[in-house]
Amino acid sequence: MFDADMEQVPIRKGFGEGLVIAADRDKNVIGLCADLTESTQMHFFAKKYPERFVQVGVAEQNLVTVASGMAAMGKIPFTSSYAMFSPGRNWEQIRTTICYNDRKVVIVGSHAGISVGPDGGTHQAIEDIALMRVLPNMTVISPCDAIEAKKATIAIAKTKEPTYIRLAREKTPIITSEDTPFEIGKAQVFFAPPMTPQVGIVATGALVHKAIVAAQNFAEKGISVKVLNISSIRPLDFEAIINLAKEAGAIVSVEEHQIVGGFGSAVAEVLVQNYPVPMELIGVHDKFGQSGTPDELLEHYHMGISHIEKAVEKVLGRK
Amino acid sequence: MQSLNDEKIKWLTEKANEIRQSIIEMLIEAGSGHSAGPLGMADIFTALFFHIMKHDPTNPLWAERDRLILSNGHICPVLYATMAHSGYFPLEELKTLRKFGSRLQGHPHREYLPFIETSSGPLGLGLSQTVGMCLADRIDHGKYSNKQFYCLLSDGELEEGNTWEGVMLGGKERLQNITAIIDRNNIQIEGYTEDIMPLEPLADKWKAFNWHVQMIDGHNFDQIVGAVGEAQAVFDKPSIIIANTIPGKGVSFMERRWQWHGNPPGKGPEDVVPKERQGKEAIKELRTLGGKIKSEHE
Repeated sequence: MFDADMEQVPIRKGFGEGLVIAADRDKNVIGLCADLTESTQMHFFAKKYPERFVQVGVAEQNLVTVASGMAAMGKIPFTSSYAMFSPGRNWEQIRTTICYNDRKVVIVGSHAGISVGPDGGTHQAIEDIALMRVLPNMTVISPCDAIEAKKATIAIAKTKEPTYIRLAREKTPIITSEDTPFEIGKAQVFFAPPMTPQVGIVATGALVHKAIVAAQNFAEKGISVKVLNISSIRPLDFEAIINLAKEAGAIVSVEEHQIVGGFGSAVAEVLVQNYPVPMELIGVHDKFGQSGTPDELLEHYHMGISHIEKAVEKVLGRK
Repeated sequence: MQSLNDEKIKWLTEKANEIRQSIIEMLIEAGSGHSAGPLGMADIFTALFFHIMKHDPTNPLWAERDRLILSNGHICPVLYATMAHSGYFPLEELKTLRKFGSRLQGHPHREYLPFIETSSGPLGLGLSQTVGMCLADRIDHGKYSNKQFYCLLSDGELEEGNTWEGVMLGGKERLQNITAIIDRNNIQIEGYTEDIMPLEPLADKWKAFNWHVQMIDGHNFDQIVGAVGEAQAVFDKPSIIIANTIPGKGVSFMERRWQWHGNPPGKGPEDVVPKERQGKEAIKELRTLGGKIKSEHE
């Protein structure tokens, strides 16, 4: 996990593979796309099941409303686009025809986060978790690597709830295996030092790897930091978060998203109402993205390993 | 679908008039809601529920039912009233419209009332959902499915871009089992459609998107039933019926006036009839079919 040459795969690819498996298992699984089939990795499905694939053109509002109609007839529609456009552009359609209607539609938002890179700020969705987690009935899943994305996709196809799954474009280190447990609503411990933790990190999505590296760096210095991977942002594992706060007494949240309304905010809502402890939030602080390489951008917007380490030190000082 | 005879047309005309009376009564009771659209669409709803559609009021979720998707949810008083007159629920329940705990929400919620296919109110979303339903049915049953998908749209909501995304996909996919009906009453909440955002040439627009287009008098049962029959006979194209209707139909002081789009009797403009008399006069006019018959209460 700490080698420079570890295997890296885009998280979105795990979705593409998982969708084919879900479709193999259930003939009601349908794929709809808004002219980004290969980019969102739905092309594996579209090629194998052309009769169950619907190309709606560049029309994200139609994408989700058509899917709602298909769900009404018993289908399990997966809709894919870039997160900036779905759920970015079509929020009210998702609210009314999917969540208010309680129709099982899966919104697949690829190219989420700032690591989209050179395409620039227009294409970097850093508000999508906030938009989706505020909606009643919605499940929000943010996998940490391609293997977890595959498992999540297969699991989502079997549930009854409307679901948003957030995917990243760039190659991301593979940090789970086929045997790593995945359960909607459950957090998983991904790094646990032998001693009682002094700080707990809760992380989601592609940055989970960086959180683990930071924790390992602290372990080498004799400071114990425990890391939870929270891919299920809604429902959120309240128990695991509260227990970590009790154990460590200080929390750092890590996400590639605005800190306002996002994953860290969700964790903070749990803590302030149940077990308040000092907390620092890693994420984008009230800014839009821009062009650059993913690494340049993560550094510029303070989401690199060194920033996570600084946040851990800061929160330690507040205990 | 059977063709109409004079006796059936008379029966439908009277039924539509009863539904209009229910609409006025429920709006008075609610103290808010839309008047013009529901009254204008009463004939089309009556034709759909009592002659055209395959449905079963004793089994609202019957799998073989035709689907009715109301896109412009704000005219739901006519949907609720027609459902009640069809036997989906007691007429008495109409008085709960817009009240706390009611199944008759101000804009329809599908989970509150079985047979409502989708929650609606926010405009421009119904046609795309209809396209999705029809696509799903085609995946399961092929091109030769007998299931019909009726989508009711307002003319004002054609200003929503989402509508045209659905129009495009319906044309592309050649969804012949869709019959959409536009309530072409020329009004919207702030004025006449052609002043707010011109829609004409409306028929040409739909033709250009590869839909089969018909224009009818939306108060003429022969034309309503005939147009739906023609729509179902068209091969490989979805159908749009542009139904010219009179907003507020049946209540002369409401007819053709956009000011009655979003008000209930008693809260409408009072330049023709004072507010306190609006409800009473509307009911009286409907009971006597505009003075053509003597009211049973007189």
